[in-house]
Amino acid sequence: MNIIKNHIHALLEKDQRLDGRKLDEIRKNITIEYGVSPNSAEGSARVKIGNTEVVAGIKFEVIEPYPDQPDKGTIMAGVELLPLSSPEFESGPPNIWAVELARAVVDRGLRESGAIDFKSLCIKKNEAAWAVIIDVYSMNDDGNLADAIGLCALAALKDAKFPKYDEKSKKVIYEERTNKGISLKEMPIPITVIKIKDKILVDPSLDEEECADARLTITTLEDGRVCALQKGEREPLTIEDVEKMIDLSIKKGKELRKLFK
Amino acid sequence: MYKKRSDGRKFDEIRPTQAKVGIIKRADGSAMFQIGKTIAIAAVYGPRELYPKFLQDHSKGILRCNYNMMSFSGSGERVRPGGSRRSKEISMLTESALSPVLDLSEFPGAVVDVFVEILQSDAGTRCAGICAAAMALADAGFNMKDLVSAVSVGRVEDKLVTDLDNVEEHYENEREVADIPVAIMPRTGKITLLQMDGICSKEQLSKALELAQEACKKIYAVQKKALTEKYKI
Repeated sequence: MNIIKNHIHALLEKDQRLDGRKLDEIRKNITIEYGVSPNSAEGSARVKIGNTEVVAGIKFEVIEPYPDQPDKGTIMAGVELLPLSSPEFESGPPNIWAVELARAVVDRGLRESGAIDFKSLCIKKNEAAWAVIIDVYSMNDDGNLADAIGLCALAALKDAKFPKYDEKSKKVIYEERTNKGISLKEMPIPITVIKIKDKILVDPSLDEEECADARLTITTLEDGRVCALQKGEREPLTIEDVEKMIDLSIKKGKELRKLFK
Repeated sequence: MYKKRSDGRKFDEIRPTQAKVGIIKRADGSAMFQIGKTIAIAAVYGPRELYPKFLQDHSKGILRCNYNMMSFSGSGERVRPGGSRRSKEISMLTESALSPVLDLSEFPGAVVDVFVEILQSDAGTRCAGICAAAMALADAGFNMKDLVSAVSVGRVEDKLVTDLDNVEEHYENEREVADIPVAIMPRTGKITLLQMDGICSKEQLSKALELAQEACKKIYAVQKKALTEKYKI
């Protein structure tokens, strides 16, 4: 690892990266595939960024609305870093990294952006509302799982169709799906930027992640506003760093936004 | 009288089957196996050191399998994440279905991990998982006496059927269904997994096992093709 680390450092001095990308360049081969589990999940998708791959699925459940939000439904986000996707990941309940990704990238991005109108998920005030459950699984970790997970959750939501709900029996009829989808008012796009020494780079590869002194995942909206931030790793960032990183994430967010059109 | 299968298949016909190896780059071996709407993905890691140490076998490596259904892979409600009694049992069965073909004598003290994830289920997930896992082990380059192919056979009313789907597994009259998952070493026809849910006569059972042998020949061809496609020169 040290040899690679030294090499990454040396290249960065010349503004170069191990895989030949520019510092502000996202891997070119990004793909979004919809409906990867079309018969089981009400919505599903696969996102690949280079060799990094994740899948996401949506399940709907009907819940009693929370007492403080009687006319709203809710979303629940889960991320699992499968041991199938990397020799570094272990079996067991979601570890802190998986929890961070679920909360900081998927849940916060969707919640704070107002992407989903929680009122539209209400079926009957005080009695029944939809819970949209988003589960994202890593399939192959080759760096920057965070952005892949965020994009994949969005894609699966876009793919989702509500199942039928029978108000009399208070049961969801999963075999029958309606044509109604979840209307997404915003597309919150997460972009992860890392700092190695004094260089700032986007879409880190696995080796670059290992060298990261600081990391910031920035989720932006179409109009350039920021809707979620999550800083990681041990080194501090200056205000100038943060500003630079946000500019970069707005620019890159625009590029990725095109994938959904 | 069971007259017609819901998807129009013949009683001894398996669903359309697809397979691919080398789909997970980080893994030492990997494979996807799809039969009908059921999709299983398997990855192999190892041999690697086994912890805690008291689990190590100093005469040979250990095979450890983990079967899991993704939370959205069930046809009805969301499957609660984390292990269940069912997934534990299937993990153990997968291990014993694969162990007879695998030679880990070169790796004392080590473990070979096989992770099976079900992306979508329409019955037969344990068999699909075993098929994918066997291919992933071969892809990883382990010494193997044979591959393992698996399929579920059974009885619906008066008919013996191959490769039951969800409609048949949850047949309206549940007393009239027997589900028999079978895993076979294709070259010798030896059985490495055998279970049954339901009631069959001895004659029906023998006939069902013959159906499984026939079906596994077809599945084996699909597995072999996927493996040779990756490694052809």
